[in-house]
Amino acid sequence: MEFLFFLVRRILWSLLVLVGLSMVIFTIARGVPGDPARLALGPRASQEQVQALQDKLGLNKPMVEQYGLFVAGLARGDLGYSLLTERPVNHDIRDTFAATFELVLFTITLAFLFGMPMGVAAAYWKDRWPDNVVRLVALFSAVAPAFFLALLLQILAGYVLHVLPTTGRLPHGMDFTASITGLLTIDSLLLGRPDVFVQAVRHLLLPSLALSSATLGQIALTTRSSMIDVSSQDYIEASRAFGVPERVQIFKYMLRPSFVPPMTILGLAFASLIGSAFVVELVFSWPGMAAYGVRAIMQKDLNAVMGVVMVSGVFFVAVNLAIDVMLGVVDPRVRVRGAR
Amino acid sequence: MTDATSVSQPRRLSNADQNWYRFTRNPTALIGAGIVILCILAAIFAPFITPYPEHVGAVVDFRSRHLPPSADYWFGTDNVGRDIFSRTIFGMRISLLLAVVVLGIAVPVGTILGLVAGYFGGWVDIIIMRITDIALAIPALVMALAVAAVLSPDLINAMLAIAGLWWTWHARLIYAITRQLRSQEFVEAAETLGAGKMHILFREILPNCVSALAVKTSLDCGFVIIVGASLSFLGLGIQPPTPDLGTMVASGSDFLPDYWWESVLPGCAILFVALGFILLGDGLRDLFDVEEIR
Repeated sequence: MEFLFFLVRRILWSLLVLVGLSMVIFTIARGVPGDPARLALGPRASQEQVQALQDKLGLNKPMVEQYGLFVAGLARGDLGYSLLTERPVNHDIRDTFAATFELVLFTITLAFLFGMPMGVAAAYWKDRWPDNVVRLVALFSAVAPAFFLALLLQILAGYVLHVLPTTGRLPHGMDFTASITGLLTIDSLLLGRPDVFVQAVRHLLLPSLALSSATLGQIALTTRSSMIDVSSQDYIEASRAFGVPERVQIFKYMLRPSFVPPMTILGLAFASLIGSAFVVELVFSWPGMAAYGVRAIMQKDLNAVMGVVMVSGVFFVAVNLAIDVMLGVVDPRVRVRGAR
Repeated sequence: MTDATSVSQPRRLSNADQNWYRFTRNPTALIGAGIVILCILAAIFAPFITPYPEHVGAVVDFRSRHLPPSADYWFGTDNVGRDIFSRTIFGMRISLLLAVVVLGIAVPVGTILGLVAGYFGGWVDIIIMRITDIALAIPALVMALAVAAVLSPDLINAMLAIAGLWWTWHARLIYAITRQLRSQEFVEAAETLGAGKMHILFREILPNCVSALAVKTSLDCGFVIIVGASLSFLGLGIQPPTPDLGTMVASGSDFLPDYWWESVLPGCAILFVALGFILLGDGLRDLFDVEEIR
């Protein structure tokens, strides 16, 4: 019952954030000086063309009504037409989102796979050389801009060593449509195509490595500091006194509670992860939503821009909701604090 | 100041002296401060210290294009024969300017709103803190891109867009500290003595936020520089021929891998500046012993 309350409160709060987000996006798109239709068509378009587009986009209606239509559209999943591709924006985003989702998922997996053990090692050998190495790596991973790291990886692995592909999701000419989930790695396994799976992972490695760096460093550092905090707790002292093997102490009693701070960090860092995806996708010609968004922004395709920003926000809110609920299941204290 | 008579007398060091003493023995903070000062000086005196200050403009010299790093051209030359080292030093001006303008807006706004929300509570608290929650969901880079798309792709709009989101981080930090301080004796004492709200906010609470603010601001300088470089990498920075580090990385990447220096070395400069601020922030965090700040 208590858990249900927590869940409902958390979902309602997420909806509220989304409403706020829609207002921010609408304000940016419509509240600014200048005419969106004129902006999209360019200075050479005739007055009639601008007029026609204004009517089509509903730009002549009062602002409040326009916002109402925008929100009503959002609720139906309708984001309007893209002026660039002349298709509904939600179709464009649906087609590109899977690529971004797969990249982000793979990135987070990498960040935890390497970040957590690094943090555990640093905490175990605190102030000795493994700790210093981990802290140095974390520092550099925080400082290196994702686009620069992407370029360096591309030079190193793609041009110098010739070990990994540097563009796209699959090699040219490889015929495969991810028809089930849209995620190449999962669909290729479901459809029994191990060759596609291997290629998909090879293509994922470099972009997700570039994208994971900042998150990886943060996860390593938070795991380290929370392991150190936990290690001085009474119950760890007690287990030590009782002669519980060190391995059990670390992996059972210390690692589990140390899982919460890195997850919270991941939730907060998720927005900047999506932001970095915009540049990383561009460098690796990744056919994702971010690349679509950048193109829309350059072409001043307002509906597409609004759609991409909104979907990014929904993605962030959904991930944070999922993390909170997960932590609420693991750690009852979160449920109480979850009232926020 | 230290004459013969006072030397024999043991004196207690003032707070500032103590901090300075600890600062000079903190390698992280020292290296960070060294890098930051070096970059600021280089940016200010760029016209006097760079070997080819005229290469900042639209100079074209096709005889010396794509030259590798050498004694004449430390960082090599670009596709129209300009010295990349000179352009990199000038490019740091834009990066630093971006950090100063964004944080010059975000820090005061965030601090004041955080203080007000934390101290007064109630509906002011609810409104301000809920806005910061919404802002968390929007990546700063995406926001700046969207604003640049709607207005025009220039540096001023990008800076305003980043600042428009960035204040929320400072507001959250100051809010958390203010909430803790609000019920402490010294604040209650001031209230009992009839001190005005302004006095309590800015004279009692704010001084206790300064060390946390210094740490956060230093770290943020690094992060803002990175976001700014990413923006100009995408083509939304300052317009050419004015040198901008992110733009240089982008245009140099057309000539990879043969002319690698054209994008890698300006990229290293971004890393260097950002590293300086983040080391400084890390060092200050140890020094002031403030709790974990991102």
